[in-house]
Amino acid sequence: MSAHANLERRRQAIYGWLLLSPAAVLLTVFAFYPSIATLWSSLFSRNTRRNPTEFVGTENYADLFADPTFWLVVKNNLFYAGITIPVSIFIALSMALWANSKISARGFVRTAYFTPTVLPMIAAANLWLFFYTPGLGVLDQIGSVFGLPSVNWLGQPETALWAIIIVTIWKEAGFFMIFYLAALQTIPEDLKEAADIEGTSRWTYTRRIVLPLLMPTTLFIAVNAMINSVKLIDHLFILTKGGPSDASKLILYYIWEMAFAFFDAPHAAAITVLVIAVLGIVAAVQFLYLDRRTHYQ
Amino acid sequence: MTTAPIVELKDVAKRWNGQLGVEEISLDIPEGSFTALLGPSGCGKSTTLRLLAGLELPDEGKILIDGKDVTTSAASDRNLSMVFQSYALFPHLSVAENVVFGLKVRRVPKKERQEKLHRALEITGLLGYEDRKPGELSGGQRQRVALARAIVAGQRLCLMDEPLSNLDAKLRNSVRKDIKKLQRDLGITVIYVTHDQTEAMSMADTVVLMKDGHIQQVGTPDDLYSRPNNTFVAEFVGAPPMALLKSSILDGFGGDKTIGIRAENIQIVPKGEGRMRCTVNESEFLGAETLIGLDHEGTAGLCVLKPGLSMVAEGNEIDISFNDENLHVFDAAGQRLTG
Repeated sequence: MSAHANLERRRQAIYGWLLLSPAAVLLTVFAFYPSIATLWSSLFSRNTRRNPTEFVGTENYADLFADPTFWLVVKNNLFYAGITIPVSIFIALSMALWANSKISARGFVRTAYFTPTVLPMIAAANLWLFFYTPGLGVLDQIGSVFGLPSVNWLGQPETALWAIIIVTIWKEAGFFMIFYLAALQTIPEDLKEAADIEGTSRWTYTRRIVLPLLMPTTLFIAVNAMINSVKLIDHLFILTKGGPSDASKLILYYIWEMAFAFFDAPHAAAITVLVIAVLGIVAAVQFLYLDRRTHYQ
Repeated sequence: MTTAPIVELKDVAKRWNGQLGVEEISLDIPEGSFTALLGPSGCGKSTTLRLLAGLELPDEGKILIDGKDVTTSAASDRNLSMVFQSYALFPHLSVAENVVFGLKVRRVPKKERQEKLHRALEITGLLGYEDRKPGELSGGQRQRVALARAIVAGQRLCLMDEPLSNLDAKLRNSVRKDIKKLQRDLGITVIYVTHDQTEAMSMADTVVLMKDGHIQQVGTPDDLYSRPNNTFVAEFVGAPPMALLKSSILDGFGGDKTIGIRAENIQIVPKGEGRMRCTVNESEFLGAETLIGLDHEGTAGLCVLKPGLSMVAEGNEIDISFNDENLHVFDAAGQRLTG
């Protein structure tokens, strides 16, 4: 190989690295390093005045597995994810199919659906607080018209998590709808016409043509919804603070509590490591498994 | 043909927001025929086809298929198949799944489905491609998948909307022959939309020439070429198109008519013996012959063919002659006068 070609290749390599470096630096400082530091600190005991930090290996993890609150929070979060992910995807898809059809006031419908996404989570939570408040809240007002008793939606363990779940779905569905709408616009009109000539019913067309063509979008949304089911806890601070008796406490809220209310950083770090590991594995499975069954255009 | 027409359109009109779509479309299409809807873009030929297919509903008039009034029927109740310009293949389904999609929807038993699939792929030369996705096929192969999907159901009527326009010129030529052969072998009725007159003239038994939403002429390719109804047909059909002359520059035709003449009916004659003296404005070598464009006052599109390579320099003057029996005479409104 000539020296000239070699030089050119080196120049290209340097160019590539230069382009990559800003993102690499940012990710290292704010993502990779904190992750490794968290893993590291999860292996040490808590620093108190009497007992200085010492290496305890997996003891923090053992503590967690022995802690019933931890298991309750895990159970809560699995339930929360198990409801919010499929329901918000289903609602998003239904709304997108509707908002994509030839209806009047289509622009209005789309905007209306998207509004919850624009609101900050804290503002949305305050809005829902107004709905849920016993006696004064909109839900109770409507209920009283039909003679139903007042319900403290956020104040009882049976309903608190459900109340949180509904806020999350309301918030997420509109956001996911936008992705579905965008994907629906890329499906050519004549596929529908070709199916019409064959006598395909609306339902068969949706199931056999539209849904498969939306699979890449669904995959993307599913991964996002899964991450959000761990990440999105702002409304807990306003609505329930995890209560009553931990009935609506989610993992991230528990981590925050552990670290900044109880100042138990090592245990918080241990949970964080577990969450990262689980999320990583689930995302990998989603991509590897579903990717093979997905048609990309 | 003595059989009753398989497709009848009676005074069909379709307008969009009061604007012109198609007007007064009346057509009888005999069973087993190959009919081409021809015209420049925006003339309403695709609209006519979509009205037939049931993808649009007419504002006026009646559509009969097989003697049954289907004016407002759903597309699937019309017993027809269609090939789309874009092919409209389902991108996530394999060739086989694409072809049998309609059969599956109609709940045809699996065994019958397999047989029909095999036959359709055999006819279109796609055996061995069953498991490919449309994205893995060439343009010509995709086109054949669309054809296979149209014939697999065994419908007697097949609509085609510019099925060749996405193919390159060479392929277009061979697929044209394939489609024509297919139509003959299967004995189906094909209604074929195109803006390419070569396609229409070479494939169709009947050509329907349209302009601005109205039918200009219905006839065999020979009718359109040799007996154009009006000056639009005269100027649209043929390459080169018919030249139009103002009748005032010729003796014995009056002053307000238009005379049409085709290039092959014009002879170059020695100076002084011709009926007109023209100036050469271009020479185009076509291979077997050379097309020489001519300028003369009161004419449009006048040209003459010379055999082989015989370029004439621009600006030269030549005399031309022609026989009156080869002239087409149109009245002031452009309608044909002589038989």
